[in-house]
Amino acid sequence: MASTLQAQETDKPEFYLTEDHHPEGSTMLGFWLYLMSDCLIFAVLFATHGVLGRSYAAGPSPADLFDLPLVAVNTAMLLLSSITYGFAMLQMERNAKAETLFWLGVTGVFGAIFLGLELYEFNHLIHEGAGPTRSAFLSSFFTLVGTHGLHVTFGIIWLITLMVQVSMRGLIPENRRRLMCLSMFWHFLDVVWIGVFSFVYLIGVLG
Amino acid sequence: MFGNNTLTEFIFGRLSWQAIPYHEPILVVTFAVVALGGLALLGLITKYRLWGYLWTEWFTSVDHKKIGIMYVVLALVMLLRGFADAIMMRIQQAIAFNGSEGYLNPHHYDQIFSAHGVIMIFFMAMPFVTGLMNYIVPLQIGARDVSFPFLNNFSFWMTTAGAIIIMLSLFVGEFARTGWLAYPPLSGADYSPGVGVDYYIWGLQVAGVGTTLSGINLIATIVKMRAPGMTFMKMPVFTWTSLCTNVLIVATFPILTATLALLTLDRYVGTNFFTNDLGGNPMMYVNLIWIWGHPEVYILILPAFGIFSEVVATFCGKRLFGYASMVYATCVIMILSYIVWLHHFFTMGSGASVNAFFGITTMIISIPTGAKMFNWLFTMYRGRIRYEVPMLWTIGFMVTFVIGGMTGVMLAVPPADFVLHNSLFLIAHFHNVIIGGVVFGLLAGVNYWYPKAFGYRLDPFWGKMSFWFWLIGFYVAFMPLYVLGLMGITRRVSQFEDQSLQIWFVIAAFGAFLIALGIAAFIIQLVVSFLRRDQLRDTTGDPWDGRTLEWSTSSPPPDYNFAFTPVVHDHDSWYDMKRRGYERPLAGFKPIHMPKNTGTGLILAAISVAFAFGMIWYMWWLAALSFVAMLAVAIGHTFNYSRDFHIPAETVTATEDARSQLLAERT
Amino acid sequence: MQSLFKFVGRLFLFLPALALTGCNMVVMSPSGDIAAQQRDLIVVSTVLMLLIIVPVIILTLFFAWRYRHSNESAPYDPEWHHSTRLEVVIWSAPLAIIIALGAVTWISTHKLDPYRPLDRLDAERAIPAETKPLTVEVVALDWKWLFFYPDYGIATVNEMAAPVDVPINFKITASSVMNSFYVPALAGMIYAMPGMQTKLHAVINKEGAYDGLSSNYSGDGFSHMRFKFHGLQQAGFDQWVARVKTQGTALSRDAYLKLEKPSAKEPVRYFASVEDGLFNAILNMCARPGQMCMSEMMHIDMAGGGGTESHDSRSRLEYDNRHAGEVSHGAASPGATFPATGNPARSPEPAEGVDAPHQPSQTPIQQDMHEGHATPGSAPGGPAAPQMNQPGATQP
Repeated sequence: MASTLQAQETDKPEFYLTEDHHPEGSTMLGFWLYLMSDCLIFAVLFATHGVLGRSYAAGPSPADLFDLPLVAVNTAMLLLSSITYGFAMLQMERNAKAETLFWLGVTGVFGAIFLGLELYEFNHLIHEGAGPTRSAFLSSFFTLVGTHGLHVTFGIIWLITLMVQVSMRGLIPENRRRLMCLSMFWHFLDVVWIGVFSFVYLIGVLG
Repeated sequence: MFGNNTLTEFIFGRLSWQAIPYHEPILVVTFAVVALGGLALLGLITKYRLWGYLWTEWFTSVDHKKIGIMYVVLALVMLLRGFADAIMMRIQQAIAFNGSEGYLNPHHYDQIFSAHGVIMIFFMAMPFVTGLMNYIVPLQIGARDVSFPFLNNFSFWMTTAGAIIIMLSLFVGEFARTGWLAYPPLSGADYSPGVGVDYYIWGLQVAGVGTTLSGINLIATIVKMRAPGMTFMKMPVFTWTSLCTNVLIVATFPILTATLALLTLDRYVGTNFFTNDLGGNPMMYVNLIWIWGHPEVYILILPAFGIFSEVVATFCGKRLFGYASMVYATCVIMILSYIVWLHHFFTMGSGASVNAFFGITTMIISIPTGAKMFNWLFTMYRGRIRYEVPMLWTIGFMVTFVIGGMTGVMLAVPPADFVLHNSLFLIAHFHNVIIGGVVFGLLAGVNYWYPKAFGYRLDPFWGKMSFWFWLIGFYVAFMPLYVLGLMGITRRVSQFEDQSLQIWFVIAAFGAFLIALGIAAFIIQLVVSFLRRDQLRDTTGDPWDGRTLEWSTSSPPPDYNFAFTPVVHDHDSWYDMKRRGYERPLAGFKPIHMPKNTGTGLILAAISVAFAFGMIWYMWWLAALSFVAMLAVAIGHTFNYSRDFHIPAETVTATEDARSQLLAERT
Repeated sequence: MQSLFKFVGRLFLFLPALALTGCNMVVMSPSGDIAAQQRDLIVVSTVLMLLIIVPVIILTLFFAWRYRHSNESAPYDPEWHHSTRLEVVIWSAPLAIIIALGAVTWISTHKLDPYRPLDRLDAERAIPAETKPLTVEVVALDWKWLFFYPDYGIATVNEMAAPVDVPINFKITASSVMNSFYVPALAGMIYAMPGMQTKLHAVINKEGAYDGLSSNYSGDGFSHMRFKFHGLQQAGFDQWVARVKTQGTALSRDAYLKLEKPSAKEPVRYFASVEDGLFNAILNMCARPGQMCMSEMMHIDMAGGGGTESHDSRSRLEYDNRHAGEVSHGAASPGATFPATGNPARSPEPAEGVDAPHQPSQTPIQQDMHEGHATPGSAPGGPAAPQMNQPGATQP
């Protein structure tokens, strides 16, 4: 016992860093965790739609209501906005501020068109008497799609904020980090929308 | 006249003078006491000119240690509220016999048991656990703060905002009369038209934001900010259990948020998620809420397990037995807690195979839990056990918790659950594990880490008084409930016909009073210790001969926790350092990079309260206005780019020198 | 080892003994075969777990005492923290118990599935071939119980009876919120849910008057949502049916709709006849004239919905707001204005009879209910003495 202690004492290791310790940034991990928690909210809404999706309350069904071509256009808008966001990130890598801002602007416009089409669709449905209170199916439909739309709305507000900040301060590390976060958020919404399009619209109408 | 009415309705929504419960003497007295106490407190703060100090040093602080302490203070305040509810229920059930209504009508009683559950889980146990994790985890992993210090402050104030919303319901309007999980259709707009359920929803939603964000924050902290050399399998057990708990938080609180949001839509918009009619499905709510609810139980108990692991190793003077199996057991519990939720409603009529599956998965959880119990047991084996107060709580826990575990497994057998579900046996069971597990653990943790946070130990005499009153009070209060459950008595009943039951309720009420003495002894302990702080002073920073890194720094730790980041070589790194002749660095200090304080978190949380109040009372203008304000403040906050500063090297040197002097004086 | 068995054996004897002494632990000494088997399961699982719980508690206390700091004679080994053999034991001991208990659980859950028809009267007797089970349809109302006896065409409120040693098939539903149907002496509980039917199969083996109750909180009048369950000999049961037929009134849809309105502490009431299909209508939430039944709605939904021109189905399906704007005497309770949905509130007031000091005790609804029923003298709104309402009930 005593001998081992002594042996260890002779090769006493370092117990602290004399240099300043900088743990690598946790922002990306933290934001990713946030996205996963958000993903769970969508998971609940998808599950809810899975349970209630055929409870029409003797009312209209997806086949009666959905205009697939319109939704396809809508989907295209969101997918395009994801691509243009990608262009913005490429320009950011090149440190080209004006081009980055341009592509961010284009992304915002596509997002806004997406939202506009969605609002048009909602308005149309409500006027047909197929509002969220008509049946459990419509409750879950409006909530799932609406929650996604709400996310896109916040994404656009965030996008505008970032555009202002980039134009004020340029592509400084803080702004780059923020653009990366929004990029993850924006692509995440895209992925969720693909789920919505397939499970709610396509399977709803065709399945 | 009519126009006037619509204007009033526009401004005040459904809020009117009738919402103030001045006709309820109990509430009026409570209000008077709270108001007088509050005024006295505010007066004292003003008199001693503490506002500036509180604002700059505490409310706006992003220091994880101060936020941790504020969490625990919040938890203790809410403990008093939740316990007041408990005592009221015990008295009501002890006297409401033989046609007597007792002193609480159902309208009031139903609010009390709902509030008791909500407050104890969300605003007592959760902040308490989060507070301890916040304080201890960065110190245990050798970090200077959490990953996102501002978010930490914001999370705390959101939790507090939720608590404020719940407390408001006491004096303005009413609380939910639905039980703590607010099952629809009872909690729907048609069967609970008042504001009670809305208070419930918004209180939990606001606090839930804080909880989820704090979970994300602590995961990122543990994963990214560990000291060099501290691999996952060298992390202290409390940090491990905290990690698992926060994973559970992030993986379940969004489910609660979404479920409550659907209920909100049902109530506010008129959707049909959980209604009886138009295709709604109330059973889905029950499933969803328990998919959150069961992991929630483990969110509370896992950190308590971690505390016991630290305490038992320290006070036995011995390394924890079976560290690896302890870690695996924790992870197994974390995963299994996700696939047992249905055991909360075996009686809903799922098929036998479904019930049996969930019954057996539930039982399987008792295997890793049993392994943990043995690990603690064999840590004691061949140890030198010092019976300081934290160790007493641990022994009390080990004996009490296995009884709760046993009754829990009984409830997991579906046919047995058919006769025990919703009975007082169930109530006794979950109080047995929550008091015997979580509360004992938290009190052990407070006694254990208090000297770290404040530089003096807690008075052991009053600590022991508190322990014995709690322990005996627990058995006297809840063993009768086991018996009553076997007599076929169910929960949430406010009046009884069978006189022969009364004696058991009287015994239980007596037990609750013993627990009240335990709580009183704890408060006395805090006061006495403060008064005797010079005798109880610890200048070493390591009063218990501790084993983990938090004991390597001073008590209380400096703002920057560690002047130099520690390097870890083994489990129980501080014990390892002491054993191998670590010498504290005395020179060569460098400036330390730290985050700046900010008031944004508090402001956002205050606006959230206004928003929730507007939503609850249908004051739409207030809700809209506060929503916009919230967005504006949040966006405005992102325009602030100067969020950190450096503590100059001279300040660090001065702080460390002061400590050197204290250490030298001691020898 | 033998002493261990002896010890466990004693515990086995001790538990039922505890159950029978002093306090009347109905769960541990029930009178129905299903509840008895559930009781056995509680005992078996307790004993199985005590196998591990008792040693743990004893070891905890023993180690706590033996390795106390002042005991210098006990060995101290600060570096001992691992032993593969011990670890195997501490994981496998609970595992073994859980395997045993898991097997018991799987078998018993299937055997005691409340949906499964009975296959015996009790441990010794099979069901005689000529026995015809008794069907009882149960509705949990706010806040009283309604029992239909379709075989006899009668119905009762807050009292039920059944012949001993005859299997009972319960079909259970509710009118407004979730309740749970529970007669501790007879069998375990099962939820009663609106728009849904749950089932329970049970048998009562001993004569007696037993407590029945709702065990799932359902609002204001919940505490008094209790009834007496009478286990009677066949002759006594026939008499009871005859009494219901002579003393009862008719239960039409109208009468049901009045009965269904929230009220608490309802006295026992008999109905000599029941309108055809009433239970089914209640189950399908279409007792009110003009309502669309759930079964019809589901049929339409299965066929792909009712199309966009189906606006009137919505109002025919609305159910939860059926009591909108009805009871509104006295001051409105705090905050109980109309929700934003535009659906007016059901009843902001606490239930009748629950909160007596605050409101007039006699309402038109209640007066209606008291007409022509068999128990004069029970004060409306006051606590009903349950015994008063059960002339001829046999006591155990």
